Amino acid sequence: MAPRPCAVIGVGQTKYKRRRDDVTLDGLVREAALRALEDAGATFDDIDAIVIGKAPDALEGVMMPLLSLCDALGAIGKPIHRVHTAGSVGASTAISAVNLVESGMYDTVLTIAYEKQSEGNATWALSGGKSGGQGAGGTFAPWIRNYIARSQAPEHIGWMVAVKDRLNALKNPYAHLHLPDISIEKVRESPMLWDPLHFLESCPSSDGAAAVVLGNDDIAKKSGRPPAWVISHAKRTEFGQFPGRDTVRPQAGVECSEALYRKAGITNPREQIDCAELYVPFSWYEPMWLEGHLIAEEGEGWKMTDAGDTELGGSFPVNMSGGVLSSNPIGASGMIRCLEAANQVRGTAGEYQVPGAKISIGHAYGGAAQYYAMWMVSSELNPEF
Amino acid sequence: MVSLAEDVAIVAFEQTPSHAHFNDSEPAMIMPCVNSVIEQVGMDRHDIDFTIAGSCDYLSGMPFAFVMNIDAVGAWPPVYESHVEMDGAWALFEGFVRLQSGDIDTVLVSGSGKCSPGSYREGFSLQTDPYVHAPIGLDPRTQAGFQAQALIAAGKATERDFAEVVARSHANAKNNPNAQLSGDLSVDELLAEPYLQEPLRRLDCPPTSDGAAAMIIARADKARELCDNPVWIRAIDHRIDSHHPTLRDLTDSPSVRIAADRVGLHDGPVDIAELTVTYSPEEIILRDALGLNGETSVNPSGGPLTGSPFMAVGLTRVIELARGIRNGDGGRGVAHASSGPALQQNLLCVLEGDG
Repeated sequence: MAPRPCAVIGVGQTKYKRRRDDVTLDGLVREAALRALEDAGATFDDIDAIVIGKAPDALEGVMMPLLSLCDALGAIGKPIHRVHTAGSVGASTAISAVNLVESGMYDTVLTIAYEKQSEGNATWALSGGKSGGQGAGGTFAPWIRNYIARSQAPEHIGWMVAVKDRLNALKNPYAHLHLPDISIEKVRESPMLWDPLHFLESCPSSDGAAAVVLGNDDIAKKSGRPPAWVISHAKRTEFGQFPGRDTVRPQAGVECSEALYRKAGITNPREQIDCAELYVPFSWYEPMWLEGHLIAEEGEGWKMTDAGDTELGGSFPVNMSGGVLSSNPIGASGMIRCLEAANQVRGTAGEYQVPGAKISIGHAYGGAAQYYAMWMVSSELNPEF
Repeated sequence: MVSLAEDVAIVAFEQTPSHAHFNDSEPAMIMPCVNSVIEQVGMDRHDIDFTIAGSCDYLSGMPFAFVMNIDAVGAWPPVYESHVEMDGAWALFEGFVRLQSGDIDTVLVSGSGKCSPGSYREGFSLQTDPYVHAPIGLDPRTQAGFQAQALIAAGKATERDFAEVVARSHANAKNNPNAQLSGDLSVDELLAEPYLQEPLRRLDCPPTSDGAAAMIIARADKARELCDNPVWIRAIDHRIDSHHPTLRDLTDSPSVRIAADRVGLHDGPVDIAELTVTYSPEEIILRDALGLNGETSVNPSGGPLTGSPFMAVGLTRVIELARGIRNGDGGRGVAHASSGPALQQNLLCVLEGDG
């Protein structure tokens, strides 16, 4: 049997901010869930299964939190499932939820990803539970330097991405960082954290949750809401360290996008995809993923950034919502990418809408740039390319 | 009962013994299981379509501990893979669901956990509500004690009933080379033991265990190609109850009742039930909620009271049931996995032989 068609029929987000001490963990996830249900015109009664995701439990100090969040998510008497695939988890969770619908076993599925980083020490957790660790930026900076050396990209590319994403975030009321006076000069003059990454080229640490309601084709047609059809999804994993590993352009990332495009019938991603929400926690990852996910030729990604192609209004907008650089509740960040891609093809992206967007992708990566999860959404169930 | 798009079978399975202390890493426990299941069906590991694992960072005491476990599976060239922070039985659930889409044929499932390095009671109390319950250390054994006391108070069981579960489990485990504990115990001897967590005694509670389990499941045509004696997964479902012990009738399991209905448990004979009885009173609740009568052999392996490697223990129940069916001990049965304190979350998996 072919997979049952699956569509996004509702989305919900919390406001992302440094510290959401106005809500418990239960309150945080419920806020996103209720907004997604409202958007879908549904209630908890309509939900057949729940899939949650977040980064390591140690971020908040709650072990297997689905057990304590199930009441708040209306999950009593239902299946509730928990995904954990490092930083890619938000997108992986959305994909696991799509699998439930595609299987034909569940008609309507609620999926939620969250992080409440203010309840713990993210850099400690991201350093594998060791104090004094290098954190994610310390892991990625040498690979970014390698990218710059290989591509001969000028140093201002990173600053441009940092400015562009923060300017986009001004149009997104949910974004954590609203920095109206951001400029190339300010990014360049901000403290150096991990050469070449300045403070303003790095993602914030956020509290927040994102939720998506998925339905099969019957549910989507009945809902009366604009659907975003999930026409393709893919995941790939590789080892974090081994001799000869290409950490700038990891093979798992290349193969993940190849699988994603093949399934959708995409032959020219640069032309056939209208916009993308890519997981860019540090500025330089925009050009790196444009290349690593085959949107640009090798060595050409930074030229798209430099030419303004990735700006809102450019020929291939990236991170219209402000991206991870503007909001980073880690475990939710991948789901936010998927959700914002859906917003674009549903025509519900508000001030950061790409006019007429029909095909978009949501993406996340994790671990030592070794876990990849991507989905492609379309305003049509069977788009022609 | 849910209608399925695809028939799916278990084609290979392997487990480690339940170790009191496994003196090597978690990947070192998983790898022999993975190598074994691949060898059993004569596959190249690169031909596995999808891999999914269940484990728990907190047991390893390290965020991202699960990342190390892919060393045991192999991820070069890159693989299509995922992970649940749940028992391996839920990895099986997701693998089974994934096969229903009909576009892939094989899934490698694993579950693993090492309880011995950490403090079980301190660690697992973090499963409870972080604002109200965890700060007072409401650990699973305490909640199991509440549950046992509730059964007694409701007149549904006595301490002697608990001891009978223990004695039978340990006797059954004599035939299980993977069991950690086994032997002949008299109910009167057990009742003479001091309380550990009144009304529970030491052997009403599980041992501390390390272990891993793995299996390969496949869609029907592929399953027949890969092995001569597939064990069919007829249905799988899981449900959850409230995390507030005071909002539940602790003497019953509504989530098990729903799951039993969803998997069509009584649409056929239930010859064997492999149940995640982590504390002996749970068997009494599960028998009742599952509607089992004297015709079902319950935990012929000895069950978790004789070896309880968390995160592998639920998947191991499925394996023990599959083994029993392959050995001809029964034609159809149910495996049960549980997560959370006091049987909060429950998974049922109905298996049937190739008859």
